[in-house]
Amino acid sequence: MDFIQFMYPGIIAMSVMGVAFFSTISTVWDREFGFLKEILVAPVSRTAIAIGKTLGATTIAVLQGLILLVIAPFIGLDLHLAMIPEIFSLMLLLSFAVAGMGLFIASLMKTTESFGLLMQVLVFPMFFLSGAFFPLTSVPSWMMALSRLNPLTYGVDAMRQIFLHNHISPEVSHRLILHPIYINVLFLVVFSAVLVSAAVIAFNKKN
Amino acid sequence: MNIIEVQNLTKRFGEVTAVNALSFNVQKGEIFGFLGPNGAGKSTTINILSTLLTPTTGKAYINSFNVLSERDKVRKSIGLVFQDPSLDDHLTSEENLRFHAKLYGVPKEEYKKRMEEVLRLVDLWDRRKDIVKKFSGGMKRRLEIARGLIHYPQVLFLDEPTIGLDPQTRAHFWEYILKLKEERAMTIFMTTHYMNEAEYCDRIGIIDYGKLVALDTPSNLKKKVGCDIIEMKSGDEERLKEELQARYQTKIKEKDHILQLEVQDGERFLPRLFNELTTKIDAIALRKPTLEDVFCALLVAPFGSSKHHRKSGCALAGECTDIKKALLKQNFYVFYSTYHYNLAARNYPLLAG
Repeated sequence: MDFIQFMYPGIIAMSVMGVAFFSTISTVWDREFGFLKEILVAPVSRTAIAIGKTLGATTIAVLQGLILLVIAPFIGLDLHLAMIPEIFSLMLLLSFAVAGMGLFIASLMKTTESFGLLMQVLVFPMFFLSGAFFPLTSVPSWMMALSRLNPLTYGVDAMRQIFLHNHISPEVSHRLILHPIYINVLFLVVFSAVLVSAAVIAFNKKN
Repeated sequence: MNIIEVQNLTKRFGEVTAVNALSFNVQKGEIFGFLGPNGAGKSTTINILSTLLTPTTGKAYINSFNVLSERDKVRKSIGLVFQDPSLDDHLTSEENLRFHAKLYGVPKEEYKKRMEEVLRLVDLWDRRKDIVKKFSGGMKRRLEIARGLIHYPQVLFLDEPTIGLDPQTRAHFWEYILKLKEERAMTIFMTTHYMNEAEYCDRIGIIDYGKLVALDTPSNLKKKVGCDIIEMKSGDEERLKEELQARYQTKIKEKDHILQLEVQDGERFLPRLFNELTTKIDAIALRKPTLEDVFCALLVAPFGSSKHHRKSGCALAGECTDIKKALLKQNFYVFYSTYHYNLAARNYPLLAG
């Protein structure tokens, strides 16, 4: 099995997550620079604003993921055309979930500094506990428990299965893969539903 | 018709009561000035009226829509220019307007026409493709005004719109505002700290500690504070004093060799004075009470009160104290100072000779 083939889905998932999370900082910026006021006095619902912000961050994150996909064949990855829609949908779902989480946090933050701080505190553990760098099948149980709450784990797991399809035997796959893809997707759907709703509520309350 | 109705509006932030049982109405097509020292509750009131804050108690209506229960209708009826800039400065001026027009549901065909109209109004038509980041403070302000107008609001809220603008831009700004009032019968609700700007208002409400302390037209407010003063200087002081006393039957005050005469209608009185006086005068100045006097007289706290030193709201704090003292003594004109004399001389150079 090729190491890059194992690593690359993790890299895509990580950068998609990082960008989705970081892009929601625009809400805090808007608040700090006053532009948020202009939006808040407009005759549009707060829910539309919150969902719009989430979708904005999602768009940027997905574009970032697409750039990584374009690079992939050049560094020797085995990438079929059929894989692209699947990966694209997973990127969309993962970034929507993470952007929801980011907006939830951004709604509670008053300054860019506090948002940046909290983001650092959250992002690195999420990276390391996601299985992007090493398989999670042989980690201590406390680590496993934490990684089960991490949306990135499910994104990495699902993307990895698509990338490693046809590359590994079932025995190996058993040691690398955590859940079937549909479970991963289901978790991400539920996670984004909860976090985006929380973000909408926090945003409504705060403003 | 009342386009803004405020009834018993109160807003508390914890212990602090920012707005305290405020009630007033603003008529359609009126320029309403909302004055008061820093922290008096002006911006809080605007934020409540523009649905950004919810009042603790009380009601407010804009264009007969309730600001609490009919927010979207209120939001559609108003335009806002905030105290602090609120443009997206990564976008061009045209993009800022387009975004705003979309938010407010301006029809697409209509948008092009209006965009040109408002940009020409604020002299930014040539800069429509430029990124806002490169704009000067004055240009940003003008663009914000254009943006506040593009959805044809019924009421335009201006929260210290001319702060930080140079005198020229400020004059321009007022030209636009007066034009809007005339051409569109737009209602304008504004706050300002510049008293000469407050003169443009049809009516003025003065607020302090969240309470309305005065509400009237600028000229009525000034009348309440006192009448005009004519100041004269002459080589032959004694004779002039005697003549004035004999001719006009009033008491003449004297301070630093300047004679002061109180009259009702200064402008009309001056020519009469010139015709009738036989004593030679060297210099003459007319001083009328300004809104600054009104503002200070109404807002300075009584002596011994700790309120007195709280704010730097009044530029002429020293003189304000004098005004207050004078008012308390029912002897208004003792406060007359050289500062005002100079001011009068500047405003009426011909009279000052």
